[in-house]
Amino acid sequence: MTRRLPALAKYAALLVAAVLTLGPVWWTFTTSLRPAAESFSLPPSFFPTSPDFSSYAAVFEQIAVPLLVLNSALVTGVVALGQMLTAAMAGYVFARMEFRGKNLLFAIVLSTMMVPVQVTIVPVFMIIRGMGLSDTLLALILPAIPTAFGTFLMRQYFLGLPLELGEAAALDGASPWRTFFSIYAPLALSGMAIVGVLAFNYHWNEFFRPLIFMISEQNYTLPLGLVTLQGNLGTGSISVVLAGVILSMVPAVVVFLFGQRYLREGLTAGSSK
Amino acid sequence: MTTDRDSALLRWLFLAPTMLGIGIFVVLPIVGSLVLAFFRWDIITAPQFVGLANFTAMATDRTVGISFLNTAVFVLFAVTAQLVVAMLLAVLVSSRMPGWLRVFFRSTFFFPLVLSAASVSILMKYLFNESYGVINWLLSLLGIPAVPWLTSPQWAMVVVIAVYVWQNFGFSFLLFVGGLSAIPTEVYEAGSIDGATGWRQFRHLTLPLVSPTVLVASVMAIISALQVFDQPYVLTRGGPGDSTRTVVMVIYESAFRELEFGRASAIGLVLMILIMLVTAVQFRLARRFVFYQ
Repeated sequence: MTRRLPALAKYAALLVAAVLTLGPVWWTFTTSLRPAAESFSLPPSFFPTSPDFSSYAAVFEQIAVPLLVLNSALVTGVVALGQMLTAAMAGYVFARMEFRGKNLLFAIVLSTMMVPVQVTIVPVFMIIRGMGLSDTLLALILPAIPTAFGTFLMRQYFLGLPLELGEAAALDGASPWRTFFSIYAPLALSGMAIVGVLAFNYHWNEFFRPLIFMISEQNYTLPLGLVTLQGNLGTGSISVVLAGVILSMVPAVVVFLFGQRYLREGLTAGSSK
Repeated sequence: MTTDRDSALLRWLFLAPTMLGIGIFVVLPIVGSLVLAFFRWDIITAPQFVGLANFTAMATDRTVGISFLNTAVFVLFAVTAQLVVAMLLAVLVSSRMPGWLRVFFRSTFFFPLVLSAASVSILMKYLFNESYGVINWLLSLLGIPAVPWLTSPQWAMVVVIAVYVWQNFGFSFLLFVGGLSAIPTEVYEAGSIDGATGWRQFRHLTLPLVSPTVLVASVMAIISALQVFDQPYVLTRGGPGDSTRTVVMVIYESAFRELEFGRASAIGLVLMILIMLVTAVQFRLARRFVFYQ
């Protein structure tokens, strides 16, 4: 469309937008490769002519980066797997089974889909405390596994799979378990991948809940640890903080490169309900 | 017979984790908020029933009032900027161009979405630093004096909005690209015969046809902007003064700094009602649009 738009103006606008989008991340990368003492100096370095990796070493010394990565990976991994499994199971039941109370239960799922974690955080904090899970990674994991949105997504996904497969299996005497595990679940893997990638993207980057639930530094996740590092260092050495920022982006970029399609599908799925 | 029993067992086992989880961690907290909002509780001493005091305090408390005002300003400007930027870029990316370029631009604009708001705010805080930040350095090349980005109340809000929009416009952009691709090319061919090109084409053909997408994108953008926390927390801690303190920041501070759990619940409740209202408006309007098409 807009075929007559002058090509030059069009590409110029897109290029400016692309530079503004990628520029800050590129600057972060090149500055993380400057020696710490020079990280303030202007003009900024946009091309790492003599890359200096000492900030990356410093990041591992000054904050317990391996521990932060481990905590983040543990929380994110368990939540993503947990969401994929529980959402697939619940979504399957809502899509394929008839029973009394089903509509009521599904209405509950749908109505909680829009409730953001920020508005229920106080009672959730009380519940976590009551369970004795304060300041443990389980405080981040457990409440994040049940997913109304994932359940909705998986239900849609199972509704799109042919009914005949299950009927044929049932005629052949397959149990309901077999019908799910060997016929429908394998076909729903890409739907589960959407749920998993979305969960990864959200929880790897999550800041609000870790800030509230994690008290001891040994339980910090990566974003929380980086914000703390920036606070502690003040304006000490930008390049160390930025090296940490770059490290935290690596897994997200990997998922972006290889799972972009799932991410796009998942993000836009919420708008077409 | 066994199959029926098996199905029932499978049904409940499969539903249990999700339904119990939603019950304990979403439904119960909503009910809990409703109750807690009428109490005063510092978690140490016994809760004390205070009636509507938490709500009336909200109306009179200066910080809470300012936070709602700040959030309103933030939502208005951030959502408008996000939608305009996203629509402009979506139209450009959907125009005729080589496939690889389209993929490149689409991926680029989507990229900030995968980063953490905390990390982005950290690096932006350096870029916007008054004395050694790259942005003031670039402005100085143009002869513009240093701007006190994070230390002046007005500019601090501008920075919070800019950083938020930088990270989130890609979401509306994705929705718009999807909406635009659903418009059949014949519409434009027919339109161009009638002389509808350029701005007129956009205004009279494209915009009406993508309006359902615009509606959905606006509502989703409003809902997520209403909950803004990470950016102002990392960039300004709500300051200078209270100039960038948002509603969720006040919920956080009331509960976990001042141990006013009842008041925090009351504010959370009001925010939830606002979000429900926006959602209700969406469903209302969406129905009309779907009929219309």
